[in-house]
Amino acid sequence: MMDVSLLPDGGLGWLDASGPLSHIVLSTRIRLARNLADRTFTIRAPETERRGVLEAVDAAWQRTSFARGGVRLLLDELTADDRQLLHERHIVSKELMAAASERAGRSASAVFLGGPVGAMVNEEDHLRLQTLRSGFALNAAYGVLDRLDGELGASLPFAFHEQFGYLTACPTNAGTGLRASVLIHLPGLVLTKEVSKVLQGLSQVGLTFRGLYGEGSEVVGNFFQLSNQTTLGKSEEDLLDHLGKIVRQVVAYEEQARQVLLRDAPTIIEDKVWRAYGLLRYARSLSFDECMNLLSGVRLGVGVKLINEVGLYTLNKLLIFTQAAHLAALEPRAANDPDMTAARAAYVRRVLAEESGAPA
Amino acid sequence: MVCENCGERPAVIHLTQIVNNSVTTMHLCEPCAAEKGVETGAAAAKFPLGDFLAQLGKGEPAAAGLDVPCPACGATLQDFRQTGRLGCAHCYDTFEGHLRDLLRRLHGSAVHAGERYQAAPSAAGPATAPSAEAEAERRLTALKAELQRAVETENFELAAELRDRIRVME
Repeated sequence: MMDVSLLPDGGLGWLDASGPLSHIVLSTRIRLARNLADRTFTIRAPETERRGVLEAVDAAWQRTSFARGGVRLLLDELTADDRQLLHERHIVSKELMAAASERAGRSASAVFLGGPVGAMVNEEDHLRLQTLRSGFALNAAYGVLDRLDGELGASLPFAFHEQFGYLTACPTNAGTGLRASVLIHLPGLVLTKEVSKVLQGLSQVGLTFRGLYGEGSEVVGNFFQLSNQTTLGKSEEDLLDHLGKIVRQVVAYEEQARQVLLRDAPTIIEDKVWRAYGLLRYARSLSFDECMNLLSGVRLGVGVKLINEVGLYTLNKLLIFTQAAHLAALEPRAANDPDMTAARAAYVRRVLAEESGAPA
Repeated sequence: MVCENCGERPAVIHLTQIVNNSVTTMHLCEPCAAEKGVETGAAAAKFPLGDFLAQLGKGEPAAAGLDVPCPACGATLQDFRQTGRLGCAHCYDTFEGHLRDLLRRLHGSAVHAGERYQAAPSAAGPATAPSAEAEAERRLTALKAELQRAVETENFELAAELRDRIRVME
């Protein structure tokens, strides 16, 4: 098993709930898609060319200010479990994982990590630069990513078109190559049944929503990722500005919905959040979905200050550490428990007991 | 929860309908929802590209041009139709007409307005940085061309937006 302590800040700095609006917004993520000029896109590139891309990126990365203290992980050298672990931490995308297992040992796919930024190599595009921040922090996230883009672009020839901007394997990403997404927790809107209205409205203003793990992933635990739908025709600043405005609006709706719930159904809400907490504290078996839904309930309880014996940081950490690959690494006996339901419940009990200062 | 329609895939779309004051709720998977014409966020996001790919080459005699390869990477529009991915950066020049149309439909514009890549001198020969004025001029020309095309294709919403942007620049 890979030593994840080698990752800069364990890859978990974004969980610390220190960012703006972190009672509702978990994290802000931005990625930029870039390709090298005069090289075939990954999907059509033979192994030698993929290796060439990796070498070129490696050399350029070493020259950036992010390389010091950073790491390079070659997916071909990692086990499937390690790759899954990195995916659960939002460091490696599903596509990169799939590429590594399809072209076993020959994918030349990699991820470079340095401070708050990462760069996936030989994903759908040659380069996917990304950063993940705590809370609602679009400008801070873009600032650091823009710097990485500039530093890499200084020594790598990026594929750029006078009219179409940065060129990407899929035309849905062309132009800025920028996808910004904000992971937002909307239990109030779900409980008041207002959420579908809000989500429908998003598509009318050029935004889209996804589940916890991006494209194609399901919405669980009332966590939604809101992101820009289009990448071409608007500047980076305008795209971020627009997303930011809408997110602030959605946060305001969510806060309103929570107030309505507390005003009109205080007993029901109080019961719901404490029931969720009680189940997490004492259950002996938890499926992933159930765990997410209960964590959502407790998070709501913490957000509206009904529960104060558990912090947001702990809840954020539980979201990540109750996933299969993390549990397998933490609970050695989990191997006999293919769905990890017992291991998950044991882990959650232990963490919550520690947090509240009571014996497990 | 499994899909009510096929009973196989997990239900991800939960549709509540109110018809004549009676409420019905359906639990469907994405393919079945699409079959029933329920537009989901995910389906709507994929729609323009999928639609474009399906239409590609239709109406042209014997799907002319679908098998013309990109001189740089060998990819054809047929490949693009199957994978939804282009083969290399030169594909954007090879299939420029088709792609301009697609980009406009996907993004509402086919003209990049964001940061411009400044090629590194070592990477792409001596780069001559265009002056701010030349840059503005170039963008204005591009916008005007875009406006012309928008009017020709009767995309008046886009045309109005472009006209406003041109006014600001002039």
